Amino acid sequence: MQGSLRYLGGLEGFLARLRSGLAELGCEASVAAAPTPRAALWLARGRGEALEDLPLGVASGDPLLKSLGLRTIGELLALPRDGLAKRCGQRLLDDLDRALGVLPEPRQFFLPPASFDATLELPGAVENAEGVLFAGRRLLTQLSGLLTARQAGVRRIVFRLLQHKKQTDIEIHFSSATRDTQRFTRLLQEKLSSVSLRQPVEAIRLEAADFAPLHERSAGLFGDARADDEDWAQLLERLQARLGAGTIHGLATQPDHRPEYAWRRVEPGEWDPREFRQPGPRPIWLFDPPRKITNQDFHLLVGPERIECGWWDGDEAKRDYFIARADEGLIQGSFVWIFREHDGWFMHGIFA
Amino acid sequence: MAALELLLQSNSVWRGAAPARFSATVSTGYAALDRELPGAGWPTGALTEILGSQEGIGELQLALPALARLSAAGERVVWLAPPHLPYAPALAAAGVDLARLAVVRAPGRRDALWAAEQVLRAGPCRALLAWFRHARYEELRRLAVAAEASRACVLLFRPLEASSEPSPACLRLALEARGGELSVRIVKRRGQPAAAPLALTVPRPVHALGRPAFPRTAPGRAREPGRLGLPVHA
Repeated sequence: MQGSLRYLGGLEGFLARLRSGLAELGCEASVAAAPTPRAALWLARGRGEALEDLPLGVASGDPLLKSLGLRTIGELLALPRDGLAKRCGQRLLDDLDRALGVLPEPRQFFLPPASFDATLELPGAVENAEGVLFAGRRLLTQLSGLLTARQAGVRRIVFRLLQHKKQTDIEIHFSSATRDTQRFTRLLQEKLSSVSLRQPVEAIRLEAADFAPLHERSAGLFGDARADDEDWAQLLERLQARLGAGTIHGLATQPDHRPEYAWRRVEPGEWDPREFRQPGPRPIWLFDPPRKITNQDFHLLVGPERIECGWWDGDEAKRDYFIARADEGLIQGSFVWIFREHDGWFMHGIFA
Repeated sequence: MAALELLLQSNSVWRGAAPARFSATVSTGYAALDRELPGAGWPTGALTEILGSQEGIGELQLALPALARLSAAGERVVWLAPPHLPYAPALAAAGVDLARLAVVRAPGRRDALWAAEQVLRAGPCRALLAWFRHARYEELRRLAVAAEASRACVLLFRPLEASSEPSPACLRLALEARGGELSVRIVKRRGQPAAAPLALTVPRPVHALGRPAFPRTAPGRAREPGRLGLPVHA
């Protein structure tokens, strides 16, 4: 770390940031710094300032040393080396050497795990959504930290509310891989607003797996179209979280002569205009299913357009379509699209 | 005379006859309507109410040319709480790029109002078409405030009865069918109120002359004899 100390704001600055970050996560920690890793570990365990003043317990639990009347590491270091090696083993000697920096101690870089699963007990049973959100934010911050360390993002997280006798699961999907705490919190808030907590929540659990690589994006110099796409995706995501699944969709055409099959719901944006072949006149509003006409009079204007197909998938249509004008009723004077099948008349759409 | 010209050009005199000018508008696609609208088009950053007497008189045909132009230019369009299914082939035939469209169905009235506000606040949407049967003045006022911060063209479709209620929309059009044409009465606009209703010819599936419209090309089907091949209107 020595090389980056100035960038990190000096040792004091770095330690302050570390402490505040840990406080945000809700952890208590004792922090120590030393020239070697093992010395730092012992100093943190013993909460001391100097290596010599640390109690023996941080280095070894050997009862022999205690019976010899030794209390601190300083006293241990004063003993002759061969005697110590013979009585307590070479390992203790090696550990002391590593702490002093005489022996090297290469350590492996800590690799953050590839999935996240953490549970947080709530201090008292929480009955409202805001309380759950407040506690949930802590877990979300932890997840975000892990993802940052791995330079990754997630598209799906599961938030479980552990209640006395049951468990409520909230699944949140994101339109794009993300590790943004604000985005996590915003969507969780939307989802929580639609969940009714019948029983108070005792603990919460956050699970996330399937990390996908996500690198930092440097901001474009000129307001970019990609930011717009990102905003659009996030808007749709936010609407869907509150309104429910299936409430947002895009439209696409399909090459089928049967009007009800000539279109389908898709994810917004999925349509290839090259696939579209213009049919005859079609109404802007379609009634699904077609409305049976019982006692209304229509004036037939254009037609018939015979549509006969679908014998291959069991939904055969043999219809004569007409453009008509309603003679009476609520839509008197409007242009409608009606058809005759067998001997029934149906209204399939209205030309708005 | 010269002194009068100078005075008029100095922008310190308000002329009653001219409709007020506004910054950005989207042309409606109908020259006769554009002439009567301040800024010659649908206003952006503000609410427009389209109050129709019934469905099927051409109320959507009024909005389609602007939608087609916006979507073809790559702009995003949202349809919120439509009363029926928007039929993709008809929209595509009218020139709308379906890939730019998103349809949002809201379970309730309050959800729909919330969704409208979110869409306007978000930014990337350039046109919002929303259907509200009932909306209180305060609710529309909220939408108007959200619209001000956006560049979006907001068209709210409401029943004709709502024309007697006060509204914060800066443009209100009342639509009725008159013969084969659409009668557009400007209930409210920036500047001076309009005098007489306009009679607009919007595309209808049947020509005003009573002759049927048929597709120019009907792949796989022989054209029926005796019918003229006329451009499609949907």
